[in-house]
Amino acid sequence: MEHIISVTVENKFGVLSRVAGLFSGRGFNIESLSVAPTLDPSMSQMTIVTSGDERIIEQIVKQLNKLIDVIKVVDLNETEFVSRETAIIKVHTKDADRAEALRIVDIFRANVIDSTPNTYTIEVSGDPKKIEAIINLLQPLGIKELIRTGRVAVAREPVRSTAIQAKKVARD
Amino acid sequence: MKLTGAEIFIECLKREGVKTVFALPGGVVLKIFDTLYQQKDIEVILTRHEQGAGHMAEGYAKATGKAGVCLVTSGPGMTNVITALADAYMDSVPVVCFSGQVPTNLIGNDAFQEADNVGLSRPCTKYNFLVKDVNDLAATIKEAFYIATTGRPGPVLVDIPKDVSMAKAEFTYPNSVSIRGYNPTYDGNKWQIKQAAEAIMKAKKPILYVGGGVIFSGASQELLELAEMTQIPVDMTLMGLGAFPGEHLLSLGMLGMHGTYQANMAIHYSDLVIAIGARFDDRVTGKVSEFCPYAKVIHVDIDPTSIRKNIHVDIPIVGDCKTVLRELNQILRATVNGEQKDLRKPWWDQIREWQQAHPLTYHQEKDGPIKPQQVVKRLYELTKDRDPIVSTDVGQHQMWAAQYFKLAKPNRWLTSGGLGTMGFGFPAAMGAQAAFRDRLVLCIAGDGSVQMNMQEMATAVVSKLPVKIIILNNGFHGMVRQWQDLFYEGRYASSYLDTTPDFVKLADAYGAVGLRVKKVGDLDAVLKEALATDKPVIVDVPTYPYENCYPMIPAGGCNHEMILEDPPELKKKQSGAAKVTPEDKDTVLTA
Ligand SMILES: Cc1cc2nc3c(=O)[nH]c(=O)nc-3n(C[C@H](O)[C@H](O)[C@H](O)COP(=O)(O)OP(=O)(O)OC[C@H]3O[C@@H](n4cnc5c(N)ncnc54)[C@H](O)[C@@H]3O)c2cc1C
Ligand SMILES: Cc1ncc(C[n+]2csc(CCOP(=O)(O)OP(=O)(O)O)c2C)c(N)n1
Ligand SMILES: [Mg+2]
Repeated sequence: MEHIISVTVENKFGVLSRVAGLFSGRGFNIESLSVAPTLDPSMSQMTIVTSGDERIIEQIVKQLNKLIDVIKVVDLNETEFVSRETAIIKVHTKDADRAEALRIVDIFRANVIDSTPNTYTIEVSGDPKKIEAIINLLQPLGIKELIRTGRVAVAREPVRSTAIQAKKVARD
Repeated sequence: MKLTGAEIFIECLKREGVKTVFALPGGVVLKIFDTLYQQKDIEVILTRHEQGAGHMAEGYAKATGKAGVCLVTSGPGMTNVITALADAYMDSVPVVCFSGQVPTNLIGNDAFQEADNVGLSRPCTKYNFLVKDVNDLAATIKEAFYIATTGRPGPVLVDIPKDVSMAKAEFTYPNSVSIRGYNPTYDGNKWQIKQAAEAIMKAKKPILYVGGGVIFSGASQELLELAEMTQIPVDMTLMGLGAFPGEHLLSLGMLGMHGTYQANMAIHYSDLVIAIGARFDDRVTGKVSEFCPYAKVIHVDIDPTSIRKNIHVDIPIVGDCKTVLRELNQILRATVNGEQKDLRKPWWDQIREWQQAHPLTYHQEKDGPIKPQQVVKRLYELTKDRDPIVSTDVGQHQMWAAQYFKLAKPNRWLTSGGLGTMGFGFPAAMGAQAAFRDRLVLCIAGDGSVQMNMQEMATAVVSKLPVKIIILNNGFHGMVRQWQDLFYEGRYASSYLDTTPDFVKLADAYGAVGLRVKKVGDLDAVLKEALATDKPVIVDVPTYPYENCYPMIPAGGCNHEMILEDPPELKKKQSGAAKVTPEDKDTVLTA
């Protein structure tokens, strides 16, 4: 099953490679990973989308917690959360296609952020289903380039670190 | 007063109580060596290879329980020490390795002897640092020792660029360390410990499965109390040997792939497995889905990732063995009464039956070829009063050492379990000898493995580390040959060693003492001579080449399904082989 794991880490040299190395070295899946500094500049926030059965997810959470540069790990699937992904899509547009493209942009509440005589560059954000849907619709026009950010997510209420919860799960 | 980075390095080591550094110099660490040269508090043991330095630091750490320290240069120095770091990582050995790095302004330029030391060592260290500013050096070293020795111990690398070792800074050593992402749990959850105590009281067929964690934690006394109070039998892992006295009536010996019959049967049929500081390695569990199928499992481990990594656990307790066992014993002391003994009588009857049915066996003919087990057994009997430290290499000889050398106390057993590093034994023994100059340190070695770090004999001679190496010389990569005989129809692909140096002459060439046991009747006399020598000694013992190590659980097999002796086809083949030496291998191979 897919899990979104939110990881607070030290904002310093080499931390990303420690996290990435953990996933590759132990054969865990990474679907996407995004990272950026938090309000506190000494920390960064990572959102990792991964998948696995209950035991694997428990190991992922524990192994992340074990990394010395990891400050907090939250498996967002244990709580309510909201998530978003942004895609930037450059589509080939000519003549009638331009109007069609704008219609699609409108329906998905996306934005055209750049335009050349032959292309539109469209920004869309939402859950992965929405992004898949707009990609499918734009595909016939001819997508020249597609960039996705991977998901970022946040819990609706403040939550405790999953380190503690993992132990609780094990006890139950 | 301002100190150079090199001086700060030394001041920090002194404050960490480091007496010995295993080291090999090179361009970027010359400043550090030069500074070490001008002081007397810390001894530098110059090794002949950085892998040797790393294993010596491991041996030192395992024998003392404190961090072992090694120092290597950039580039090839670093890559050479990687095997030892990987070994320490797998076996949770506290080692602090300092590596030299090219000057900070050259990092990333493919400078001479540059390597990405932090990148290279990342997957095989608990943590690693690149120190870019001399002002951070002292705090970094403090953190390195703290991380290496607390929680689940492990190796830590500190990479020091040349300019950092030369630059000056005000020296202050921090009193304490606080790392917000690193807070090992020492106290077990009280409620869980209570659950464990209740399960122990009720169990009819309990077994203690104890590992290296008991030794790191220094919890042998607590373990002894628990086992004696509750009369529960004890299985030890390879890394746990010495955690519980090997000759104690409650000890069933080692479990796992080459464990004793009773140890494996007992864990298989147990109804409560109490795992303490052991990590359910596949050499222990065999086929995971059928490991201890009838048991509830209690697991005490300081590392949450060890718990439920390989098998389901009913009562997980994250914490330090010593702290948790103290608490557990306290509860049990108040509740244990005579009833448990009666409850478990059938279990003990069963265990004694297993013990009698299939004890460890081998057959030593009076004038026949020397059996390796006989060598280990006599070595044990001749030295046990001297409370020796014993190291091993990797292979059959390691397993025979585990089976026949019954350690009474912890921190006396140096072996490479997780990585299984051939060449570990001799340098590890030297590291222990460097820590305890007056103790007897033995290395039970294989003729294959010992050649992987033979160059350290020069270090042993020069630095006066009188380790006694006993080579069980079977002319083979014996462990490989055993698998080939059992699973590859006896095709000895690259397991026969063909040319082996004359180890007696080799010892002599290094200025050490070389002895050979020519026949089994001479065994005691030669061993005694070696033990009475105050120099490093190699005792070359040509042993029967085709001896196999049993019991054996084939990889992925179940613990109660052990191979106990050579299968009939093999016996037939080897009855011919018994009379030939490895030199006649063609005869043997076609027999
Ligand atoms: C040729 C060969 C054959 C082998 N055959 C066998 C065999 O037959 N049987 C066998 O047992 N092994 C065998 N091994 C070794 C095996 O591969 C493993 O290394 C070994 O089983 C692991 O031992 P352990 O479980 O005690 O764990 P260790 O590697 O010693 O790990 C210790 C555990 O304790 C925990 N710990 C550390 N400190 C503390 C503390 N203070 N408090 C609580 N917990 C702590 C750690 O987190 C870890 O989980 C063999 C190896 C080789 C090379
Ligand atoms: C560095 C390294 N290379 C290869 C192996 C695989 N291996 C395991 S045991 C063994 C044979 C060891 O031979 P020897 O030291 O003579 O011991 P014996 O089994 O004969 O007692 C080999 C090659 C290993 N464990 N380590
Ligand atoms: Mg051999």
